[in-house]
Amino acid sequence: MPSHTFVVYVEDRPGVLNRVASLCRRRGFNIESLAVGHAETPGVSRMTIVVETDAAGARRIEANLAKLVNVLQVQNITDVPTVSRDLVMIKVAADAAARAHLMQLVDVFRARIVDVAPRSVVIEMTGTEDKIDGFLEVLRPYGVLELVRTGRVAMVRGHVPAVRTGTAGEDTPADEATHSV
Amino acid sequence: MQGSPPIQAMTRTGAQILWECLLREGVTDVFGYPGGAILPAYDAMLDYPIRHVLARHEQGATHMADGYARASGRVGVAIATSGPGATNMVTGIATAMMDSSPLVCITGQVGSRLIGTDAFQETDITGITLPITKHNYLVTRADEVAPALREAFHIARTGRPGPVLVDITKDAQQASADFDWDAAAPRLRGCRPPAPPDPAVCARALELLNIAERPLTLAGHGLQLAGAEPALRALAERAGIPVATTLLGIGAFPASHPLNLGMLGMHGEAWVNQAVQEADLLVALGMRFDDRVTGNLKTFAPRARKIHVDVDPAEIGKNVRVDVGLVADLGAALAALLPGVLPVDRTRWLSRIHTLKGDAAVRDIQQLPDDGHLYAAHVMHDLWRATGGDAVVVTDVGQHQMWEAQYYRHETPRSLITSGGLGTMGFALPAAIGVRLARPDAEVWAVAGDGGFQMTMAELATIVQERLDVKIAVVNNGYLGMVRQWQEFFYGRRYVATPLVNPDFARLAEAFGIPAVTVRARADVVPVVRAVRARRGPALVEFQVEQEDSVFPMVPAGASLDEMIRRPSPIVETGADA
Ligand SMILES: Cc1ncc(C[n+]2csc(CCOP(=O)(O)OP(=O)(O)O)c2C)c(N)n1
Ligand SMILES: [Mg+2]
Repeated sequence: MPSHTFVVYVEDRPGVLNRVASLCRRRGFNIESLAVGHAETPGVSRMTIVVETDAAGARRIEANLAKLVNVLQVQNITDVPTVSRDLVMIKVAADAAARAHLMQLVDVFRARIVDVAPRSVVIEMTGTEDKIDGFLEVLRPYGVLELVRTGRVAMVRGHVPAVRTGTAGEDTPADEATHSV
Repeated sequence: MQGSPPIQAMTRTGAQILWECLLREGVTDVFGYPGGAILPAYDAMLDYPIRHVLARHEQGATHMADGYARASGRVGVAIATSGPGATNMVTGIATAMMDSSPLVCITGQVGSRLIGTDAFQETDITGITLPITKHNYLVTRADEVAPALREAFHIARTGRPGPVLVDITKDAQQASADFDWDAAAPRLRGCRPPAPPDPAVCARALELLNIAERPLTLAGHGLQLAGAEPALRALAERAGIPVATTLLGIGAFPASHPLNLGMLGMHGEAWVNQAVQEADLLVALGMRFDDRVTGNLKTFAPRARKIHVDVDPAEIGKNVRVDVGLVADLGAALAALLPGVLPVDRTRWLSRIHTLKGDAAVRDIQQLPDDGHLYAAHVMHDLWRATGGDAVVVTDVGQHQMWEAQYYRHETPRSLITSGGLGTMGFALPAAIGVRLARPDAEVWAVAGDGGFQMTMAELATIVQERLDVKIAVVNNGYLGMVRQWQEFFYGRRYVATPLVNPDFARLAEAFGIPAVTVRARADVVPVVRAVRARRGPALVEFQVEQEDSVFPMVPAGASLDEMIRRPSPIVETGADA
């Protein structure tokens, strides 16, 4: 099944992440990745959620997320041009001999070494998931000791209307409004 | 604090603010059960002109609030303490959620500094009810009480209604804060009223509607929640479209209307299910294609295009792929469609349906001569006759519920109150108490099976304490009848855990102080119901009915709508079979 990427603006309040995750669980959707942090507007958080589902499932997720009272806006950005990135930190076994080779690879993949210890290094890289997966592939033979990824964050290219910040009862065009029904 | 509320901000305790808000929301009755964590709220209640009905179990209190909401269209309010009081509400909240009933449930919570410490009677009720509420709140400060409650009422009744829980810590009830009603107006940035119907979508719906030769309207609960029954009638009459209803749609369209076909689904009328399979267009209004309605989705209405109108966008395309999905308030949607509806001659389709019906009236189980057996269907039919079809009937869950739906003919909206989506046994008696308070003018009957009645029968005491005129029919077949029926049909008649050893229901009622009668013969049904109606005050009638009777027709779970199990002779089915 294909993955779908959603950008979800939520009110920055305790428990909202739980509501979003709980909804996906209860409706039977498996979250591949979820990244959350502050958005451009104070009091608003932005989530990038990747879910494996078909087109009908994606519509259901979108409609159900929009119903959550704390959700301000949901966009399914799967089929629009986006910039999307994942950040990874990889601790790789590296004795003195291997280090030179690793540094070359790091260069080729435009990654960075951010920590060096006697028998390992920590490499940081941002990029699309594909590119990171490719990098990981070539690192495996050296011995990947630890790995952490943030999950996908994504942004639509070009100009898009900003997130709504109005209050209940205010009129907005139908295509912009999320319905909490 | 009884007169009109002062304009300016005033200092009040959180507990007082709670009642100030309920008053301003128009609340006159609440249903609840006290305990330590909600005591400040109860203490403050004494100073406010709000009637409190003391339930015998918090599940009962939530069903009462639910019955109140369903019968009146207003928000029902239930109140309970923390821990076990709150968890006892869970079944009632889930019941309201499944049937989109507007409820505000208020629970006490341990002091805010104790949260997370497993304090006495602490339970994470906002966590527990997260998936079964439309939204919920944990309020830990007195100044948060008013905004949370105003939002809760707004959310409960807006768009697709549903239950909202507000959990208020004990210290938030005790502390003081400025109370300013206007400043506490809902600020719900992620919450919009439903958008008006999209003209382009309406136009596509009308295209399908005006060319359809065999259209059928499926009328659901949403019509009644939106108060769109007159619009439905106008649409049906103008277009000559017959109307089938879901269980919760019953009452949205008068039973006696020539275009009303009756209920569809698992225990729907045979001709309705057949008509669904033959229709070339379904106009689904405020219903959600539940599996009890559709049977096997792969073979559901195979010849029909589908128009789905619902206020909840998440319902469109959820179970059934539709050709046109119109998201709007039902009233607004029908008003937008109506001017474009052409009167089309559909006599061929109507006469086809008439043929499907056959001479059902003659074969109806009700018309059979009295052979000494009392069938539950007789009871429902005679209850309908004796009450002139004017009662608000509140049913429990099981066979009697289906028989009621088949044989009591409901003419008016909100006159059948029943738990559909969750199918909650124990609903009838407490819900009827709520209905009683919401509709002081109406005749209210709770109709329960011998099984479900025993789940919440403690509420008989509530009826007596509150001096409520609720009539109760217990349909005693000595079994958990609906489950027994499944065992008979699908488990080789192995009746495990379904036979019931029952108390003497009449004596039981009398012990509570409620007059009671037991009826065993068909001939006694109408006279007893008449006698009970003639007397003001509560009464219980136990009907001892045929024990191993089954509800027909039946679409087995997962089968196609036209694969119905029919009533074997000699008791003849209500449909066109012989
Ligand atoms: C709380 C709850 N538990 C179990 C069920 C499953 N169930 C559905 S119908 C039924 C039997 C109901 O028996 P009774 O109340 O006697 O009504 P009858 O079917 O005999 O009319 C049961 C156990 C349910 N719907 N609700
Ligand atoms: Mg029974």
